[in-house]
Amino acid sequence: MNKALKIVVLAKQVPDTRNVGKDAMTAEGTVNRAALPAIFNPEDLNALELALRLKEECEGSTLHILTMGPLRAADIIRDAMYRGADGGYLLSDRKFAGSDTLATSYALSSALRQIGADVIIAGRQAIDGDTAQVGPQVAEKLGLPQVTYAEQIEQVKESTLVVRRRLERGVERVECPIPAVITVNSSAPEVRPQNARLVMKYKYAMTKSEIAAAEDSLAAKMASERDYLNIVELTAADIVCDEQQLGLSGSPTKVKKIENVVFQAKEAKRLTASDEDINGLMVELIASHTLG
Amino acid sequence: MNNIFVYIELDEGVVAEVSLELLTKGRELADKLGVKLEAVVLGHNVAGINEELAKYGADTVWVADNEIFAPFRTLPHTSALCGLIKAEQPQIVLFGATPVGRDFAPRVSSALHSGLTADCTQLEIGPHKDAKTGKEYENLLYQIRPAFGGNIIATIVNPDCRPQMATVREGVMRKEMVAAPAAAEVKAIAWQEYISEADLAVTIIDRHIEERKINIKGASVIVAGGYGMGSKDGFKLCYDLAEVLGGEVGASRAAVDAGFTEHERQIGQTGVTVRPKLYIACGISGQIQHTAGMDESSMIISINSDPEAPINKIADYAITGKVEEIIPKMIKYYKQNSK
Repeated sequence: MNKALKIVVLAKQVPDTRNVGKDAMTAEGTVNRAALPAIFNPEDLNALELALRLKEECEGSTLHILTMGPLRAADIIRDAMYRGADGGYLLSDRKFAGSDTLATSYALSSALRQIGADVIIAGRQAIDGDTAQVGPQVAEKLGLPQVTYAEQIEQVKESTLVVRRRLERGVERVECPIPAVITVNSSAPEVRPQNARLVMKYKYAMTKSEIAAAEDSLAAKMASERDYLNIVELTAADIVCDEQQLGLSGSPTKVKKIENVVFQAKEAKRLTASDEDINGLMVELIASHTLG
Repeated sequence: MNNIFVYIELDEGVVAEVSLELLTKGRELADKLGVKLEAVVLGHNVAGINEELAKYGADTVWVADNEIFAPFRTLPHTSALCGLIKAEQPQIVLFGATPVGRDFAPRVSSALHSGLTADCTQLEIGPHKDAKTGKEYENLLYQIRPAFGGNIIATIVNPDCRPQMATVREGVMRKEMVAAPAAAEVKAIAWQEYISEADLAVTIIDRHIEERKINIKGASVIVAGGYGMGSKDGFKLCYDLAEVLGGEVGASRAAVDAGFTEHERQIGQTGVTVRPKLYIACGISGQIQHTAGMDESSMIISINSDPEAPINKIADYAITGKVEEIIPKMIKYYKQNSK
């Protein structure tokens, strides 16, 4: 039998940049976050699925989510609990604002040191930044080995994991000692759906801010009385760290300039689906040696 | 000291295209700054590699030649490069934004506590004034990249920490041999001093690398399909047209995400950048994350049922209608006229 593991999944709530509508940019050219739905970062869901499978394989294991973000990011912790996570930690503080990837990984690794984990699993990258940096940076800060682009944890051994990685043109299997950081590719199995029983169990799971906001409601009373409904909220003061390394002051990279992307309009020649138009186009392409 | 480093990525012993592209860009930046361009090679059996790197402008080639460096593993590469950076203090370090570069460059930045900008599409040298402190800087590396799903272009600087590090995607910069190449000086990296036993903890059990079958970058004609192809079955029309025209098939991220075709064909910011003679966009709306990877095509034809699709703004020919009706007609009339 495999030994019980303490598993932590790093996840992020992100604006859905894949379906950017016309109102996603303000007239001033800044991003209108309000117009974009906030979602569970897609590859973090793949990470959650691998973590759930690992938990099932190693009886007695626990699985918690760690996310850094605004208070509403508690939504993705609940979402993960509906799919099988045991609970989560929300790292939320104005002091984290303006963090680049390095300051983010500093905050996350400080929290992880306190939480403790045998296996840390994260999505490869978040769709709002596409940097893929935070996983490896956390691993470095914790002095742990990393396996990136994971798509399957194939085997759990006494003190190692065998992981299949997706490379650009193939696959590689590696054996990695634990504790370790694993980042997961979108080619990993899709996350399982929410489980109705778990939705019932955890729908009142709340952070202390949410409990305070819900005041004397029954839900808030339940959440505050039952430990398993407690989503742990952590501020900068709750994690042992050097505040200089957080937020803007902890971020070596600075944004110098932001430009809105505007299409350079040029007049396209308009054609219809008629035989005449398509025939004419093909004749033109052949005559200009664009084709053939 | 304070030179420019380019990490040279090896793919089965062959120098990756992106590394040559970075040497070309690095040469330009080094000339501007009046410093040397230094290539860093971590691999096995790499004797003679300096000749090729010198052709692309490297003044110095740093080499660590040992079996622990090939195939690539994160920790030996991280420790060897961090050790060399600490010893040599380059001001700029560039990596390809490949799976390898994106795997270990973040660790290097984390270990050295310096910033790293991912997936840059442009690099320039320029001054900077900090808005808050008023402090002025000369000759910083402008790291220019699309952000937020490609809806904005951000210029990032790294004023106070060194080195300034960036990854750059393959194909966005041009590679060019220097006019009068001089021999590069070969120097050995003292990697034995930098690497510990713990760096070898992760072992590779096996790897299966497929031959590169798909070469959309080199294709002169690309037929790309988007979500508007409707289904995996519907997407086959793109293959039919590409075959007749002697081109390759590309795809938007939406089509790849929907499982219409394989990831290797994805064009755009999170895929490949292409500049074919002819680009036919079928059922692609033209989100910036896609067009960023193809808008330098010599000619663009869009086929879309929506006459207002953003792709039409960069197209030379915009055909409004159903793909399933238009593509077969294109095949038919191409065959008729090319005889």
